[in-house]
Amino acid sequence: MIDSVLAILSAVMLGLGGFFMVSGAIGLLRFPDFYSRMHAASMTDTLGSYLVVGGLMLTAGWGLPLFKLALILVFIFFTSPTAGHALAKSAQHCDLRLPGGGASTKKADNEISGSAQGPDSRDVVSADRV
Amino acid sequence: MKTDNRGRADRADAHYSLYLVVVLSVIWLGNSGHYSPLLLTFGVVSVALVVWIGRRMQVVDGESQPFHLSLRLLAYYGWLLRKIVESNIKVAACAWKGPRAISPVSGRVPCRLESDLSRVIYANSITLTPGTVTVSLDDGEVLVHALTESGLAELREGEMEGRVARLEQP
Amino acid sequence: MIIATAIALLVVMVLALVRALLGPTIHDRILAVNVFGTKTVLLISVICFISGRPEFLDIALVYALINFVSIIGVLKYFEYQGRDEREGMQ
Repeated sequence: MIDSVLAILSAVMLGLGGFFMVSGAIGLLRFPDFYSRMHAASMTDTLGSYLVVGGLMLTAGWGLPLFKLALILVFIFFTSPTAGHALAKSAQHCDLRLPGGGASTKKADNEISGSAQGPDSRDVVSADRV
Repeated sequence: MKTDNRGRADRADAHYSLYLVVVLSVIWLGNSGHYSPLLLTFGVVSVALVVWIGRRMQVVDGESQPFHLSLRLLAYYGWLLRKIVESNIKVAACAWKGPRAISPVSGRVPCRLESDLSRVIYANSITLTPGTVTVSLDDGEVLVHALTESGLAELREGEMEGRVARLEQP
Repeated sequence: MIIATAIALLVVMVLALVRALLGPTIHDRILAVNVFGTKTVLLISVICFISGRPEFLDIALVYALINFVSIIGVLKYFEYQGRDEREGMQ
């Protein structure tokens, strides 16, 4: 009884996870500028990954594989925002100071004045620690 | 995190080192799966080495292991998970509708949090919810890029900030 | 359903590769490679359950670590060199 409920639940989670990841990849291809693509990519990294790993955890049963999957989940949970923030910050310092074109140009002056504070890598380092 | 009071700082140091030893040992035991004396010795040596290096780097403190917040952090992450699900559904809808459904904006959101830890948790949570990304974290404000106007407006309302602020209240 | 997830992961990886090839900027490529890396971690875990060999999870874990560190390392490199390199890279 419990087994079949778990199997159905894990199938649903795996299917939903696959759906969210494919939508993220579609967004990665379709969105017009770098920062929008980053939102699509963060979708595959958050809910897509959680659902897939969670679905696998439900089928794993008690034991070491469950622990390792949980470790992978925790690791993805903590590193994906750090990598995303590092990517955005690095893009800000290099050539993509603004999301080029599109609706965001009206904020252009605001952003340039904001990003002119020089490179500062401390934020990336401290984001690592949480 | 370095306080003037040396004695208290030392005790807190020992506390956090102990936490680190426990966490690292659990990771070693969980990942190894072999419990022969030789491998357990290797485990003890590695844990000791990592704790020694960590203390030398002065990263063994309440910032790297916020255990004093653990219960509240769990509740907070539960709430955050619900936000993540909601914003995932929004962004997925945008992805299928195509580029016309989105209106990327960026702007500065004021951040009145005081300690480094809560500011990093706040910035991390913003990045973790799809649809908003922290681009930089300065004194008193965060530069956020959002996929739609509503995402930025929601951050400006300050519900997430309020919850992060309540994490560290006594 | 687990096979369907593996296929979905492969599709996502192909789409990420397309984005990595299309560019247009170096950061788009890094983003695509990051997505590719995390999907590799998931694919290894899924394959480990399809083939019933739990040892593969160790590989997935190590791959997650390497992926994260390499992305941060590449970004550190381009954070300060991007201005000089971008004419050559695009």
